[in-house]
Amino acid sequence: MDLASAQVLGAGLAAIGVGAAGVGVGNVFGSFLQGALRNPAAAAGQTGTLYIGFACAELLGLMAFAVAMIILYAR
Amino acid sequence: MAAGKIDPMHQFMIAPLSGDQLATTPFQFTNSALWMLIVFGVIVAFMWGGLKRQLVPGRWQAAVELLTGFVDNITRDSIGPEGRRFLPWVFTAFTFILASNWLGAMPFGIVPAAHPFTVTSQFTVTGAMSVISFAIVLGVGLWKHKLRFFSLFVPHGTPLALTFFVAPIEFVSFMVRPFSLGLRPFIAMFAGHILLDVFGNFVVQGMNAGGPMGYGVSLLTFVFAIFIGALELMVGAIQAFVFALLTSLYINDAVNLH
Repeated sequence: MDLASAQVLGAGLAAIGVGAAGVGVGNVFGSFLQGALRNPAAAAGQTGTLYIGFACAELLGLMAFAVAMIILYAR
Repeated sequence: MAAGKIDPMHQFMIAPLSGDQLATTPFQFTNSALWMLIVFGVIVAFMWGGLKRQLVPGRWQAAVELLTGFVDNITRDSIGPEGRRFLPWVFTAFTFILASNWLGAMPFGIVPAAHPFTVTSQFTVTGAMSVISFAIVLGVGLWKHKLRFFSLFVPHGTPLALTFFVAPIEFVSFMVRPFSLGLRPFIAMFAGHILLDVFGNFVVQGMNAGGPMGYGVSLLTFVFAIFIGALELMVGAIQAFVFALLTSLYINDAVNLH
């Protein structure tokens, strides 16, 4: 396998991580909504925690994306 | 039609504004320095315009009060009444990250030779900011609690047998904080700008290729690029918020040992 095709394959494999982060972000917001609909009064105070969870999950997806791009365009 | 290789890393290059080699002297005025100054100028101009101390605030003053009140709330909610003392740093970090994220995402590139440079897309900048946050945590914790600060690594009510397992884990999680704190705004801006660059290239290359396929791809990616631009603004704000929030949570750990 030459380098160019290995790069494309590697970038594609690395992009799987973005989908996994999508599961994570969906889980964060989904769980928040579940809790918030059961007790709407307490939901407003927890938005800070929500965004921390969102940022932590989002970070990993962004890292996967950055790794994919670095693999794809590395020279 | 020259498809050309997409080079999304080029936009992150730090180069001196005059001359083209960094080797001659380490002190050169780079595009990064220029955009830091621009960000600083924008923040100062924004704050200056709102510091009127009118009893009934005008629009501008209301915006400034919204910003200061927002950051004040973050520190007060997570640190408590002592949070005021750490407001200067949290506010500085928040406004700097927010302003540079947003200014870097602005389409100044329409004007030739006016490329916006996102200061926070360099790990040196965000890493230095997270090291400052970490230094504040260490300094305040050690100064206030002396050696009792190290009880941070043993959560309340841990059985003695478990302490030897929990303490190393807590220690590692404590030491990783500055990296994850600095990595987050950096990687968000880095990945977002690569994404915008790649999609922008798709638009141009699709148009170059022509034909229904080329124009279709071009149009589709153009619509996507607009949404990603909006997402980029949102992510920029969220990352600034998360940096401020996590900094104040970490300071809270140091001020009020858990």
